[in-house]
Amino acid sequence: MRFMVLVPGDEDSEAGVMPSEELLTEMTAYNEQLASAGVMLAGEGLHPTSKGARVRFSGKEKTVVDGPFAESKEIIAGYWLIQTKSLDEVIEWVKRAPFDGGTEIEIRQVFEADDFGDELTPELREREDKIRAETEARRG
Amino acid sequence: MIDAVWRIESPRLIAGLARIVRDIGLAEDLAQDALVAALESWPRSGVPDNPGAWLMATARHRGIDVLRRGATLERKQEELARDLETALGHSEPDVDAMIDDDIGDDLLRLVFMCCHPVLSTDARIALTLRLLGGLTTEEIARAFLAPEKTVAQRIVRAKRTLAEAQVPFEVPTADERAERLQSVLEVTYLVFNEGYSATAGDHWTRPALCEDALRLGRVLAGLVPDEPEVHGLVALMEIQASRLRARVGPDGEPVLLLDQDRGRWDHVLTQRGLHALARAEELGGTLGTYALQAAIAACHARAPTAQDTNWERIAALYDALSQLAPSPVVELNRAVALSMAFGPEAGLELVDELVDEPALRSYHLLPSVRGDLLFKLGRVDEARREFERAAGMTRNERERALLLERAAGCG
Repeated sequence: MRFMVLVPGDEDSEAGVMPSEELLTEMTAYNEQLASAGVMLAGEGLHPTSKGARVRFSGKEKTVVDGPFAESKEIIAGYWLIQTKSLDEVIEWVKRAPFDGGTEIEIRQVFEADDFGDELTPELREREDKIRAETEARRG
Repeated sequence: MIDAVWRIESPRLIAGLARIVRDIGLAEDLAQDALVAALESWPRSGVPDNPGAWLMATARHRGIDVLRRGATLERKQEELARDLETALGHSEPDVDAMIDDDIGDDLLRLVFMCCHPVLSTDARIALTLRLLGGLTTEEIARAFLAPEKTVAQRIVRAKRTLAEAQVPFEVPTADERAERLQSVLEVTYLVFNEGYSATAGDHWTRPALCEDALRLGRVLAGLVPDEPEVHGLVALMEIQASRLRARVGPDGEPVLLLDQDRGRWDHVLTQRGLHALARAEELGGTLGTYALQAAIAACHARAPTAQDTNWERIAALYDALSQLAPSPVVELNRAVALSMAFGPEAGLELVDELVDEPALRSYHLLPSVRGDLLFKLGRVDEARREFERAAGMTRNERERALLLERAAGCG
């Protein structure tokens, strides 16, 4: 099973303030633990929303809203992609992460293609196939 | 929750204890006792901040008890008990630091022990999954479709064999290291393969075993980061696992590589695999058997469609592989690559040389491949006979159905 572990942003991450050296050291050690246990598939930190944008869909209208975004509660500052045998196991891992100050880390199970069932028709799959194949080819 | 903690902590715990008590059976018992203690204590007192350290401290205390309680206290046990007490005599943070520093080495010692040549292959697999994968005996039994009792006995016997052979808890010396590492990689890949192409039963794959093997492989890559073949093996497993969900059709039937919907390949795993392969190559491991197989898998992974596959390169890589590790199975694969690169006749020529190969006498893929090449050459009657022969040889129900379907398709 795979889980996306989402780290929320805060005023500091939004202001582009880098974490303290102490926190960075702890975070590096934590990432090493995840990697050496073979459970971490990916993990990245995200730039502040001032470097991003949102695209809103309404009928045929597509409105682009440049960052930064005001509603900081909905801001994500980083993520891990973790593979474990169970939700319990990923919870145990997350509990060991170096967070504090009321931070709430969200754990979400990742859909596998099969979870979509019949909604993902063979035609849709084929198109998805093409797109992925092209990106793949470009990555070399 | 306890299962989760066990899976995370038990390999480190058992490895750390095994160094102190010098017996992995006892180390595992102590670790389990500590877990039972946790089951009793944590619901009341709350889960400690560092569950691993708590479990280790508890296990060490019990270790002293067990060794002391022995009716005939042998001198060795007395020494061990004293060692344990000395360890506990340190202030706790020091002990923890000491254990953390050594834990990588201890885990590596445990890895080598579980895959020790005095053990049968089955025993190595069961012990590795149990002690390093953190799987329960029941999980292992289910994965290998074996009765739980059989697996439990296999594990008990394996521990006894290690104790009787007085296998030391240590990393092998330089002169035997390569060979011993090979055994570790082989065990890991056997677990992966058992999941990837289930040899028996009515499921074509058992993905959980692939995940277990991958996890072991990634742990190994962390323990011996300078060994190119470890990265080669990880690359091979990541890339193969990336195709798992595309290998099964809507009704559970097998879908062969070239017919797979490549959009269903798992691109996170593909990328991880290609990175691991690059790492193996950086370390000069281009010519290891696993790195070569990974390079072949990477040719498929890099091709946007089946038509884009670089079969000439794959044929060349199989050629290199057959020189490094000659085997009829590699030859058979080389034949397939040759037929794709240069036409079915080129492949059939090589396959026909393999027909009398004793090692392939009960290998269903030989008639299966031969049938496919004959079919492509329009020799449908011969093709049908080969597909039927292959269907009679495979132990996998899904595969048999596929082969009979192909036989029926031969006019």
